[in-house]
Amino acid sequence: MSASTQTADSVERPPLPPHGWSRQRVLGTALVALWALLGVGLVAYLVSAWNTEMFQKYAPGYVSGVGITISLVAISIVAGAILSVPVAYGRMSRNPVVASLAYAYVYFFRGTPLLAQAFLVYYGFGSFRPQLDAIGLWSFFREAFNCAIFAFSLNTAAYQAEILRGAIQAVPKGQWEGAASLGLHKIQTLRKIILPQALIVALRPYGNEVILMIKGSAIVAIITVYDLMGITRLTYSRTFDFQSYLWAAIIYLLIVETLRHGIDWIERRITRHLKR
Amino acid sequence: MQSVWTLLSWGSEGWLDDIAYGAFITVCLALATLPVGLLIGFLIALSKQSNERSLRLAGDIYTTIFRGLPELLTLFLVFYGAQIGIQQVVRLFNPDAAIEVNSFVSGMIALGVVFSSYASEVFLSAFRAIPHGQYEGGFAVGLSKAQTMRLVVLPQLIRIALPGLANLWLILLKDTSLVSAIGLTDILRQAGVAARVTKHAFLFFGIAALIYLGLAILSSIGINAIERWVGKQEVQR
Amino acid sequence: MRIAMRIALAASAALLALGTAQAQEKVVKIGTEGAYPPFNNLTADGKLEGFDVDIAQALCDEMKVKCEFIAQDWDGIIPALQAGKFDAIIASMSITPERKEKVDFTNKYYNTPPAIAAPKDSDLKGVTKEDLAGKTIGVQASTTHFNYSSATYTDSTVKPYPTAQEYQLDLANGRLDAVNDDIVVLSQWLDSPDGACCKLVGTITPVEDIHGPGAGIAIRKGETELRDQFNAAIDAIRANGKYKEINDKYFKFDVYGG
Repeated sequence: MSASTQTADSVERPPLPPHGWSRQRVLGTALVALWALLGVGLVAYLVSAWNTEMFQKYAPGYVSGVGITISLVAISIVAGAILSVPVAYGRMSRNPVVASLAYAYVYFFRGTPLLAQAFLVYYGFGSFRPQLDAIGLWSFFREAFNCAIFAFSLNTAAYQAEILRGAIQAVPKGQWEGAASLGLHKIQTLRKIILPQALIVALRPYGNEVILMIKGSAIVAIITVYDLMGITRLTYSRTFDFQSYLWAAIIYLLIVETLRHGIDWIERRITRHLKR
Repeated sequence: MQSVWTLLSWGSEGWLDDIAYGAFITVCLALATLPVGLLIGFLIALSKQSNERSLRLAGDIYTTIFRGLPELLTLFLVFYGAQIGIQQVVRLFNPDAAIEVNSFVSGMIALGVVFSSYASEVFLSAFRAIPHGQYEGGFAVGLSKAQTMRLVVLPQLIRIALPGLANLWLILLKDTSLVSAIGLTDILRQAGVAARVTKHAFLFFGIAALIYLGLAILSSIGINAIERWVGKQEVQR
Repeated sequence: MRIAMRIALAASAALLALGTAQAQEKVVKIGTEGAYPPFNNLTADGKLEGFDVDIAQALCDEMKVKCEFIAQDWDGIIPALQAGKFDAIIASMSITPERKEKVDFTNKYYNTPPAIAAPKDSDLKGVTKEDLAGKTIGVQASTTHFNYSSATYTDSTVKPYPTAQEYQLDLANGRLDAVNDDIVVLSQWLDSPDGACCKLVGTITPVEDIHGPGAGIAIRKGETELRDQFNAAIDAIRANGKYKEINDKYFKFDVYGG
């Protein structure tokens, strides 16, 4: 083995990457310079367009908008996580009726736009007011915020169910068999053996789902909820000042990047035992 | 009160023709965005797997920005921002020129950059799945760099990237619904107009959702056919 | 046939339009919303109609220019004007100090007061801040009515909607306790079968700083020539009876105001 490696070493090798200013380096430097220019331009624009009066008038709105966005996503993710358990169970069920029902649920919510789902709940349920009133649910659907939570939870439950199913199925079958041979109950096996392993697989997709929800939640602005995007549109419609959108972009990027790095950090922590 | 079937008829009484037109616009937008997104995505992937650090950095900045921004916000940034920006640049050369970035083009650009930043990741992992020996083999038989890329790497790359890209296509199809917010008469906007005018909100938004579902099913059938075809090509070799 | 035409239109509109000002027959492009009956509305076959549209046509005839109408969502209508998508907004836009910072206005071409509407079974007695305390009020976003409601009814929840039709839907199904809009727009809706749910509560005395002197034509800043032409044309159609003719087609009273 070592002898053959040595002969391979002595034959001609691909040429070393060229030093100096290759075409790639020129292009890359130009592109990075372009980004830097855009960044400097953005900062310069925001500094030049700075208006203390406007800031004082609209900044509190942005803060509350961020609060609404975060609470909307947090509630929906948790509610969706709870709802995703029976759906994932249904997806893995051997009963064809249950399995196909769960499949239809997942297919519908993953196959249609979140915006259409939000409209369906907000305006669509609005036309069933008498019926909803009769069963006492109207007071819930009266609020746009609740409608958003309802639609988002159902939506994210479909995605989370698939994540959960994928993660559980990623754990090798032998783990189940091993636990069974040790006399562990099925629930015990799931809780103590399967889930801890599955969560490592699921962490990244779950993190991505949270990020997708934060980005997706921007659409509630269209159904009259003042989240970060809603506040931004409102500010823009009053000031016609483009910086209202730029601030929103900066805030969204900050939130998403913080989350992304947080997830990376957690993943490094919980997979330490897998590293050598 | 008109009957549901009148509302859903074809013609000036019903709304079916309007919604069909919306579906046509949705499909047009998605189809027009796809090549733009694929091309940019491929170029970004090339830059991200380059040996040159500055190229990788430029590509990373691109994906960080466009995967971090909400699609709706990107759309507004392009729709309002690009218009103002391009206008100012054009006015430097020709003070009378009026340039218009309409909602279709804005949608195409915004969805295209979002698509490309996700597609670049798909291409990148496909690039990594292709062994280095393939390039070396290409050089060894005397192919140029571009020829190796086109004749050796690309055919394998497409096959590996296909499932990921198919997934992105389904996401793109759904994301087109956002352009209804900047005034493009797609499925959702037409359904919204119909819902407002007829007050049958659940009916029309339900139909809109079902059309998206139909498009997704059609796409899945198409994607399966392509995958089978690509698979057959592989077997033949 | 209609579909084919619209497809052709969309296809041509999909191209990035780069046009330079043409010298021969002057074309003035007019932006309007098309969701604010009776002032401007889209008919079922996609044509713009209404008081604003008729007035605009009369003004263009008076100015001897060709009019082209473009429908544009309300919340993007000023940015679209600034971006050159059209040359003037004739869409019942109130002349306000806030908007004057971004665009120029002609003189008013009509002025009607704002009002409040509520469901028929509502216990609303008046339109003061106290009357509406704790209530949810729907308005169209980016309008003087939104600005007035959020400034005045500080003890109420003010919800902005993209068009008038959405708040109408939510007032009818009970999500809203009241809505605030132009009296003519509200009356027209309340008189229609869709508006059967609701009633007019009362009118609001316009506030000069918020509502301004009435609805004017918005044009890009500094285009004084076009503004002067429009002003002269408004005076002309007021004088030659054309304005009254259009007014009487839509309304039983004079909307020009005092």
